[in-house]
Amino acid sequence: MCLAVPGRVLDIGEKDGTRMATVDFGGVQKEVCLEYLPDLQVGEYAIVHVGFALQRLDEESAKQTLELFAQLGMLQEEFGDPWEQAAAVGGDPWPFADDPDPDPDPGAGRPAPALAAPQEEGRP
Amino acid sequence: MKYIEEFQDPALARRLLDDIHATVTRPWALMEVCGGQTHTIIRHGIDQLLPEQVELIHGPGCPVCVTPLEVIDKALEIASRPDVIFCSFGDMLRVPGTGRDLFQVRSEGGDVRVVYSPLDALRIAQENPGRQVVFFGIGFETTAPPNAMTVHQAKKLGIPNFSLLVSHVRVPPAIEAIMQSPSCRVQGFLAAGHVCSVMGVREYPELAARHRVPIVVTGFEPLDILEGVRRAVRQLERGEHTVDNAYARAVRPEGNPAALAMLEDVFEVTDRAWRGIGVIPDSGWRLSERYRDFDAEHRFSVTGINTREPAECRSGEVLQGLLKPHECEAFGRLCTPRSPLGATMVSSEGACAAYYLYRRLELGTVPAAKTAPTPVSAPLEASPVV
Ligand code: SF4
Repeated sequence: MCLAVPGRVLDIGEKDGTRMATVDFGGVQKEVCLEYLPDLQVGEYAIVHVGFALQRLDEESAKQTLELFAQLGMLQEEFGDPWEQAAAVGGDPWPFADDPDPDPDPGAGRPAPALAAPQEEGRP
Repeated sequence: MKYIEEFQDPALARRLLDDIHATVTRPWALMEVCGGQTHTIIRHGIDQLLPEQVELIHGPGCPVCVTPLEVIDKALEIASRPDVIFCSFGDMLRVPGTGRDLFQVRSEGGDVRVVYSPLDALRIAQENPGRQVVFFGIGFETTAPPNAMTVHQAKKLGIPNFSLLVSHVRVPPAIEAIMQSPSCRVQGFLAAGHVCSVMGVREYPELAARHRVPIVVTGFEPLDILEGVRRAVRQLERGEHTVDNAYARAVRPEGNPAALAMLEDVFEVTDRAWRGIGVIPDSGWRLSERYRDFDAEHRFSVTGINTREPAECRSGEVLQGLLKPHECEAFGRLCTPRSPLGATMVSSEGACAAYYLYRRLELGTVPAAKTAPTPVSAPLEASPVV
């Protein structure tokens, strides 16, 4: 949660009287509030934390950070399914009867939640 | 053990390290304030690459870890009510309250939802006018402005069924408390970069001068940490104690003025209890009088909370840099991410979690085969249903 991730502004609009943008974080797109960086423009990069752009960032630093975060599985940690991650941390099965397991085998085909990934080291 | 080849720019990392090695003549103890920095340090083995004289002490900068047990218990109680939709960031799901956590509340039928942004919680409130929507507002100065804006919006749009359970904390008073502790060994600080993106550096010069400690604003990528350490060590060796911004690409000295104005409007400074540490004067925010209607504690009189902190947990000492996680008796034995005793073992920024994830085998604290947590893809029937 404390992680702030750089993203690139794709388009800008307005919602309930508030300046909002669609921001791309290395493939994941989110709605982001621009009220704290009101002059941010399409194509620019900013550090985004819990859906708010907080500070401008130059393109090169932004790209480097995103690349590093992707390598470390931190984008998955930030944008992946938090219930899956919480279940994984606790070693629990999918406990919510009313809900289908969103992905019965989350390890297949994409990075596992970051908290679980380093535990690979512990296995033979 | 990690290798320097794993750094994004190994040649630059090598140069920074060589410079630090060449500069150090005496032992120095630096505290990295931010839990994200702690994870970077442990994950990349930065503490092991530094000269022996440079010790990194882990600080209290994990908001999930320092949220008081009493507030977690209030959250659990509110989240259990049938008329409530309780919204939170994902990090809080596994943080132990007295006897249970939010994950469990949901499996017992509570309507707990994870949101990416506090504005998502506000939208849920708009879509569910018949129910109370409560957002768990924790975090340092980076998270407080988004939460402040959300409450401001709720008031502006007249959304009566939204409220905030507030437990915001501020970094500078924590630095002050650490420096005042008689057992304090910290000689320099790596300040949390993103906190400064919002707040700027105006709170630090006075702290640095009064306690005669260098404060270096530092990012959380491996090279940022090395650069922060390099600048702090250089100051210490020269007998200087100033504020230095090593994270200029994301930190302007004045911070973010719009965010600061909103913070001032929505919140007021208050004393706050930090989990494991106790009350630190002026170390938190609560909703100001104008926004009191949106205070969940006000709206739901949560009473009769009986908190029970596990006696074995020494996270208070870990958070103050007095104890390394593996020096705790319970580490990896009674306390693992699967059954954590303290929040520092489950939070993605917690120091105990960092040591458990990246160091436990090396430290020999834990017999790997017995305690390795079930991998995500393990067969479900292997674990009992909660
Ligand atoms: S290892 Fe567990 S019990 Fe020990 S201090 Fe950390 S969280 Fe508390």
